[in-house]
Amino acid sequence: MIEKALKGSSVYWGWVIFLLCIIGAGFIAYLYQLKVGLGITGMSRDISWGVYIAQFTYFVGVAAGAVMLVIPKYLHHYTKYAKVVVFGEFIAIAAVIMCLLFIVVDIGQPMRMMNVVLHPTPHSMLFYDMIVLNGYLLINIICGYNTLLADKKGLPCPRWVKPVIYLSIPWAISIHTVTAFLYAGLPGRHFWLTAIMAPRFLASAFAAGPSLLVMLLLFLRKVTKFDAGEDALQNVARTICYAMIVNFFFMGMEFFTAFYSNIPGHKATLEYLFWGIGEYGNLVPFMRACIVIGLAGIFILLVPPIRRNPLWLAIGCACVFLATWIDKGVGLVIGGFVPNPLEVITEYHPTFPEITIATAIWAVGGLILTILYKVAVSVREEEQRI
Amino acid sequence: MSMDRRKFLKVAGLSTLVGLGSSGAFELLKPGRVDAEMEHGHHHGEHHEKAEETGPKTRLAMLIDIKALTREKAEKIVHTCHHLHNVPNWGDPKNEIKWIWEDEFEHAFPDSYNEYDEILEHSPFLLMCNHCDEPPCARVCPVEATFRRPDGIVAQDYHRCIGCRFCMAACPYGSRSFNWLDPRVMLKKEMAKGRKLNKRFPTRMRGVVEKCNFCVERLAEGKKPGCVEACPDVMHFGNLADENSNVRKILRERVSLRRKLELGTKPSVFYLI
Repeated sequence: MIEKALKGSSVYWGWVIFLLCIIGAGFIAYLYQLKVGLGITGMSRDISWGVYIAQFTYFVGVAAGAVMLVIPKYLHHYTKYAKVVVFGEFIAIAAVIMCLLFIVVDIGQPMRMMNVVLHPTPHSMLFYDMIVLNGYLLINIICGYNTLLADKKGLPCPRWVKPVIYLSIPWAISIHTVTAFLYAGLPGRHFWLTAIMAPRFLASAFAAGPSLLVMLLLFLRKVTKFDAGEDALQNVARTICYAMIVNFFFMGMEFFTAFYSNIPGHKATLEYLFWGIGEYGNLVPFMRACIVIGLAGIFILLVPPIRRNPLWLAIGCACVFLATWIDKGVGLVIGGFVPNPLEVITEYHPTFPEITIATAIWAVGGLILTILYKVAVSVREEEQRI
Repeated sequence: MSMDRRKFLKVAGLSTLVGLGSSGAFELLKPGRVDAEMEHGHHHGEHHEKAEETGPKTRLAMLIDIKALTREKAEKIVHTCHHLHNVPNWGDPKNEIKWIWEDEFEHAFPDSYNEYDEILEHSPFLLMCNHCDEPPCARVCPVEATFRRPDGIVAQDYHRCIGCRFCMAACPYGSRSFNWLDPRVMLKKEMAKGRKLNKRFPTRMRGVVEKCNFCVERLAEGKKPGCVEACPDVMHFGNLADENSNVRKILRERVSLRRKLELGTKPSVFYLI
């Protein structure tokens, strides 16, 4: 089946080579980081996690988003998602691989990575994160591959795959819950120490993952013979809209608790992120843009006549994807470190090699997704010919 | 391999304490208590039972006398510690490594800051690892590279640490430093300018986390922690679990503060004010 990725137009190969070039540049930057140390990044004693862990957190959400298609299809037998589910699962595969890569590039001694397995530590949330992420990758490879193979052969999916698909539902919830627990269980980091962290992570995940899917499906409809179907697209868009509203509602609750209680520690990070503290405020434009873009996305996806226009649908999804990315991929992780435990403010400025490495991991995700989607589209096109 | 090393450290540390206790040079533990502490060697039935009745375990603690602390003394303590542990001086806050450092009351106790207490406001404070009884850093570490020893020291295994920096996010005191760059490169530069390396303590590699270790390597040799030796009138070190210890005697007489008690970490560093 995978051989279908080897036959493509010159545009397809041009895109693949473009991604490979970015990956190559990132690889060189990573070799430099391995040689010199993480000091080549913008991270510091005060901001000890940066772009890498922030991207990791965001893409765990993107991966978990696939479940928004699996639930209607397999629990409610919503057949209009039948052709689309595999595209969601493939996003999950690409996103989880990106997450694992972001962890690898973030740790100071990657050659000791297997210590996590050699010395299993059940009191560390990272131990569970390792299990759920790798498990989710495996589950999605099994489900995605087998459902697509069955479609290709024109047979129903093998019966043993069904339980694995059902397992993928709680598992998707678990990956983002455990990732939220990485943050929400730390004393002395007021911004992260909130019980609503996991629910908010899930809400933003269910907006982010499917919005990427809708954009990709619209793109596929334009450039290939595969059409996901208008009903499927519209319904995913509704899901995204609800999830994004819940996400912003949760965010509003964080504001209420912090500002009505008037406790300085709880207010500090929100003040830093949205208004700036004193001379420090380099994330303020990002966070304000997040609110505006996110609200625009909600509006576009909420109003039926606008949502039914494919161009607006794509723009609405892009808004949601971008807003959730700023929220989680920029503000959440960096914000947790500002101010630091001594209530001193240090700002974070990612460096060029750091961004090159992060971009390369995006490109790896893009490449995996390109190959998987090429295969899936080829299978679907064959189906439609028959 | 690492497991063996850790057990060795525990046993080595504790057997040293036996030596210290019996010599009487430095009051830490009574020999009977030490036996109770030993995880594997409890064959001294009588002492062992007695120790178990009295219950408390060893819990090493540091008292910092703020009234006796001056900026000169603080500088001397920091210098001594960083020399003893080959801590490089990067000279910039981004890459800096610090085991103990001078800071202000406002930063040491951000939640208890009292703008009307002008004495405390202008006093120098020394900040370091609190060797918490319930250390969040050890709880989050995915490889047990940082762990609480039975004597209360929160230790760091530089050979197991994978450099994920989860402990740095978890520590509510900002006490942990990461080797963003190769510390040996900086030490070499400093040595060219006349810095002496302490050959009795290892240098670290880049990509691992480090912090104050209560001078566990000196305790093993029967010495006091470096900061205590540098300024014995400011730094007091002893066993909190022993009600007759030097530190308990001082705590009975003086008012003391501990950082962020509300977080439940139970710090073992006390500030005498």
